[in-house]
Amino acid sequence: MAKVTLENVSKFYGNVEAVKKINLEIKDKEFLVLVGPSGCGKSSSLRMIAGLEEIDEGIIKIGDQTVNELEPRERNVSMVFQNYALYPHMTVEENLGFSLKIAAQEKKEIEERVEEAAEILDITEFLQRKPSQLSGGQRQRVAMGRAIVRRPDVFLFDEPLSNLDAKLRNQMRTEIKRLHQKVSTTIVYVTHDQVEAMTLADRIVIMKDGIIEQIGSPLDLFERPATKFVATFIGSPSMNMINATIINENNQLIMKTDDGIFVPVPQDKINSVKDGQKISFGFRAEDIVPLRFGQKPNNHWDMKSKVNLAEPLGTETLIFTNFGSVEIVSRMFTPEQVNSNENLDFSLNLDRTYLFDDETGMAI
Amino acid sequence: MKKFLNGPWVLILPTIIVLTCVVFLPLLISLWTSFTPFKLTKPDTLYRFVGFRNYERLIGDYDFWVAFGRTVLFLTIALNLELVFGLGIALLINKITYAQKTLRTLMMFPMMFSPILVGFQWKYIFNDNIGLLNNFLREFGVINPIPWLVDATLANISIMAAEIWSSTSVFAILLLAGLMGIPKDPIEAAKVDGCNSWQVFKNITLPFLMPFIFIAMTIRSLDVARAYDIVQMMTGGGPAKRTELLWTLISRTGYVDAKMGMANAMSYISIFLSIAFTFFFFYKLMEARKILSYD
Repeated sequence: MAKVTLENVSKFYGNVEAVKKINLEIKDKEFLVLVGPSGCGKSSSLRMIAGLEEIDEGIIKIGDQTVNELEPRERNVSMVFQNYALYPHMTVEENLGFSLKIAAQEKKEIEERVEEAAEILDITEFLQRKPSQLSGGQRQRVAMGRAIVRRPDVFLFDEPLSNLDAKLRNQMRTEIKRLHQKVSTTIVYVTHDQVEAMTLADRIVIMKDGIIEQIGSPLDLFERPATKFVATFIGSPSMNMINATIINENNQLIMKTDDGIFVPVPQDKINSVKDGQKISFGFRAEDIVPLRFGQKPNNHWDMKSKVNLAEPLGTETLIFTNFGSVEIVSRMFTPEQVNSNENLDFSLNLDRTYLFDDETGMAI
Repeated sequence: MKKFLNGPWVLILPTIIVLTCVVFLPLLISLWTSFTPFKLTKPDTLYRFVGFRNYERLIGDYDFWVAFGRTVLFLTIALNLELVFGLGIALLINKITYAQKTLRTLMMFPMMFSPILVGFQWKYIFNDNIGLLNNFLREFGVINPIPWLVDATLANISIMAAEIWSSTSVFAILLLAGLMGIPKDPIEAAKVDGCNSWQVFKNITLPFLMPFIFIAMTIRSLDVARAYDIVQMMTGGGPAKRTELLWTLISRTGYVDAKMGMANAMSYISIFLSIAFTFFFFYKLMEARKILSYD
């Protein structure tokens, strides 16, 4: 059981700085998810914690011990890999017990712990099989079992679900969550899938280009994105984003979009913007609804627009329409038929719009 | 006839004809001659059938079985040493990141020389009067020249040195290819699982490498079992048959003594040696692949 601390950690590949002086403290027993697009440095960070990559700058501590100079085997972490990384020449049982065998544990102890892990993951019936005789989901379970057996201080997951099909992925996601409740160990989990991040994490770390964009609980990130990147990255469908300029019209600040549409500045932001400032304003799909099917929010701004495309998903319908020349998406929760090319009145909830400074990308 | 011309047989006919001319007929004829006292100087003897007489004589032929045994020993020692050296070189080259390709090419240089030249070169190195090695040793106070190519043990070791020098790179290259093909994940998993370098090598790298080792063994066992040129150049099987291997013996019997019937009988017995080794290594190869669940 241990916390993990990263202090000013950097990683270089040649001249490319993959991880740029990141600081992070992972609490004991916390489920922390590192998420971001490919090349953002999340995997490098994880591999530095595991000891599979050298730490070029900064310090990583597991518990109170600095682990920079320690070999992976001395760190008491276990890792689940994207490609399962099972040993193909060993049976499931041997795979599970391998680390204990290397640690020269007694045979009886190994058997007990392997059995225990196999029970937790429901793979007891496969113990005598080779990895090649297992399905993807079963293999991933064996990989997790191999990690559990060691009773490590920290679990590291490197995109463990990305090789599975959608249905299996949902199922395994739940199992990982359950596993965390059962073994209650610190987990660092890397993924590029924001849904995985949202559903699993106690806290999410969003990375981009080697820096941490924001750290927070899933709801924090969803409700209070600190940057434009976080806003568009978290949530599905992605947040609608419109480029605009703040202008002074009759002594009142107002947003003028690049297509020349005027939208009022939300009341709570009016003091934080200034004339001539380039901004992006964003709103989520559920915060712009067709009037006919929804309720008008208190503080609203209305527009008329043609439906480009409607995707009925059962509980909700996604409507693609234009905001000036930008295509946006609206989500409505009433099961009504909407046709393409239909003209609809939309109402935007101004209380739930987000403004971002275009220069810094930071939320206003 | 028309049906034949349009059928599949006509398409493989050229292959059948060529194979018959260059493989099957010579095989049949040589098999036949091994049942005759055929001498190159007496063509008539080709048609005198003597049954298994050649084979019967061979069974009691001390010189033949010594050569046979020496070939097996030579093969075993040379293959194992080549494996050890080749594996070592492959592991080292696999480690380096700089100039790897250049080294890989350099490593293949010995393979580019004709075995005859290799034989000449090493004969010169090991020569007891003017050889490089003895000259070099004299600098360190070894005054009496060492008879590298005359003493029974030393001569065999010298030949083996030449053979290993020229062919270790076969192992190195095949094993390097194997090493490069090993997936990175299981190795990393093993490191995290608590293995030190030796344990990673023993438990993960080696099982993955086994198929490549056996492929290299198969290829090289066929090569070494027909070793001829280097030996012929360096010692000619002598002195006094001290370095006689199967093929130097067979060629002398066939071409110098002109006893082609007997030589062919020897060849047929020797072929079984090659077949046995090939079969053994292929069997091991299949097992190694099965362990990795490739099939």
